[in-house]
Amino acid sequence: MNLVAEDVGMDPRPSSAGHSLAPEQASSAPSAFPDKAPAVVIQPSRSWVPLNLKDIWAYRELLYFLVWRDVKVRYKQTALGAAWAILQPLFMMLIFTLFFGRVAASQTSSVPYPLFALAGLVPWTFFSTAISMSGNSLVANSNLVTKVYFPRLIMPMAAVLAGLVDFALSWGLLIVLMLYYGVKLQAGIAMVPVLILMTIFFSIGVGTWLSAINVKYRDVRFVLPFLIQLWLFVSSVILPSSAVGPRWRWLLLLNPMSAIIEGYRAALLGLPFDWIALAIAAVITFIVTAYAAYEFKRMEKRFADIV
Amino acid sequence: MHPAVKVENLSKQYSLGAREAGYATLRETLVTSLRAPLGRLRRKEPAVGDETFWALRDLNLEIFSGERLGIVGHNGAGKSTLLKILSRITEPTTGRVQLFGRVGSLLEVGTGFHPELTGRENISLNGAMLGMKREEIARKFDEIVAFAEIERFLDTPVKRYSSGMYTRLAFAVAAHLEPEILIVDEVLAVGDAAFQKKCLGKMNEVASTGRTVIFVSHNMTAIRSLCNRAVWLDKGSIVQEGTAETVATNYLRTSFSTLNLRVWDDPATAPGNERVRFHRASVHPVQPSTNFDGINVRTPFVIEFDYWNLVPNAKLNLSLILFNDEGMPLFNTGPIGEPVWHGKPFPAGLFRSQCFVPGDLMNAGTHRVQLMVVEDQSSVIFRTDDILVFDIMDSTELRTGWYGKVIGAVRPLLTWSTELLDSEPKSIE
Repeated sequence: MNLVAEDVGMDPRPSSAGHSLAPEQASSAPSAFPDKAPAVVIQPSRSWVPLNLKDIWAYRELLYFLVWRDVKVRYKQTALGAAWAILQPLFMMLIFTLFFGRVAASQTSSVPYPLFALAGLVPWTFFSTAISMSGNSLVANSNLVTKVYFPRLIMPMAAVLAGLVDFALSWGLLIVLMLYYGVKLQAGIAMVPVLILMTIFFSIGVGTWLSAINVKYRDVRFVLPFLIQLWLFVSSVILPSSAVGPRWRWLLLLNPMSAIIEGYRAALLGLPFDWIALAIAAVITFIVTAYAAYEFKRMEKRFADIV
Repeated sequence: MHPAVKVENLSKQYSLGAREAGYATLRETLVTSLRAPLGRLRRKEPAVGDETFWALRDLNLEIFSGERLGIVGHNGAGKSTLLKILSRITEPTTGRVQLFGRVGSLLEVGTGFHPELTGRENISLNGAMLGMKREEIARKFDEIVAFAEIERFLDTPVKRYSSGMYTRLAFAVAAHLEPEILIVDEVLAVGDAAFQKKCLGKMNEVASTGRTVIFVSHNMTAIRSLCNRAVWLDKGSIVQEGTAETVATNYLRTSFSTLNLRVWDDPATAPGNERVRFHRASVHPVQPSTNFDGINVRTPFVIEFDYWNLVPNAKLNLSLILFNDEGMPLFNTGPIGEPVWHGKPFPAGLFRSQCFVPGDLMNAGTHRVQLMVVEDQSSVIFRTDDILVFDIMDSTELRTGWYGKVIGAVRPLLTWSTELLDSEPKSIE
């Protein structure tokens, strides 16, 4: 399946244009179908549909425009505009410091608590916004889903990628705080791009899966805020994973966000990396994303009928 | 001759049951999947007792490039489903479609417009949604803006646009899409007269460059003038296929209102009372033709009533009021100039009264007849509200390229004159 116009040839050749307006003649010789292959064949798909990356690539401009739209629209008609991207993690940090700062001091002795909290809150805020936006993306854009064709996967992907602008802005706040505390950068900083990629991939995986379920089960809309709240507590944002007793700590390994957030702290603040936890997180991220893509493709064909 | 679209044995089934058609609750699914953990792996069949219906049934259709195919049919005939399958929005249940070329579909004007974005921004966004490349949008940008006539409001959010501006902009973007196969669903219902004309012109232009247009409309006038071939769908299958003229005419003929002829054989149940009873009411063209094509705005027609007078020597009079589909009374008429019986006592018996309506007077649309029977010019002895309901069709004659609804309760053909008074135009100082 390919929608790129060049493959088909936009203009009929001048030689054929002359007799192209006489359909009656053609119907007398219906078998005279040319050797030209159809550009698109539409037929019922089997239950297992391969992920069509080529199709997504052909629609990359739409992906770009959807991201651009979401970014443009996000803070329209708000008084503070993009400042919200910074205010959210900032206030969370202040509240956490006020309530948990003292308790956490014993656990995070080498790092000032505000910095500890913000280093976790910046990626966490991106992740939570990304999955909530992308989980609702198909339902929120149901008018598009029922009126135009595009690879549906683009919709939740765009919602995640649109969050990157806020993510970048909140990094500014984090850098300011790091300068304030005089943090010295270490070699671990090289891991940051990898961690960012993992965060994006995991967000796309979770967001895509939620968006597909949301089309059929609107329960997702109610589950999401609650899920995000619970998830915050098990993602080592407030306290390090070492705060959990050794008996239950292995459970945190099942949550890639916990390892990823601790990874950010290690990379930025020069703490030791937990490589095993990160490796497990990478594997789980891959499995979740692959499973989400599979489930999405399986449900995709009925989106327009039930959304 | 290239095919543009080839549809083979296409069927689409929808389930009507609340369970399948709507979104189920998570609990139900969790419960079923717990009971039968392998159920999800099996191929899903519609649940037993689930009501289903076929929106399309074994449809076969070939459309050749350069053709302008019209699709007509009543609501629910499967037109929209067909367009949705051709646009790849929904999948068929069985069958196959081959598309030989890039498809651009316009199922709704302004799909994906975002109210908060400006006209300029929405052009890019909407263009991308319809499948245009960025450089293609940039190249046609000025042309789109000129077509939509929104130059001054380019940087205003579209939520502040009037509905007319909004529609113009939306159509302008779509019209500059250059697909080999253009699919259009009933967009002419919107926009003002001048703009409709522009849209139809644009669609004609698309077809004349050898591209294919598939057009769904309820407006037979537009189908007749825009399309060269038409397909009439009913209950998901093709009823008729042929030239646009033939199909549109036949379609109109059957959709002609059912209340244009009523006969009551049993006086006991006929409308009326102990003084007067109706036997028959009908509307038909003055000139009976074997090829009955309904009544259009140019046809002289007759509104006719047969009724029994049950009281000898009653001085009967009729009063007819014709309403249009907006419920506006168009005129009130009675047989006051009728030479034979007017003002005379009627003996008991069956009478026929006819009201002749000239052609080129009524506007197109559904009309409704209210009739009163009056005695001695003063007392209403019987009144019936919708004794007849009939459609007056539009006509392609006397139109000059515009196919929207003509404004007005009536549409008389009036005499005009124009003369040249002075061939030396004076400049106005």
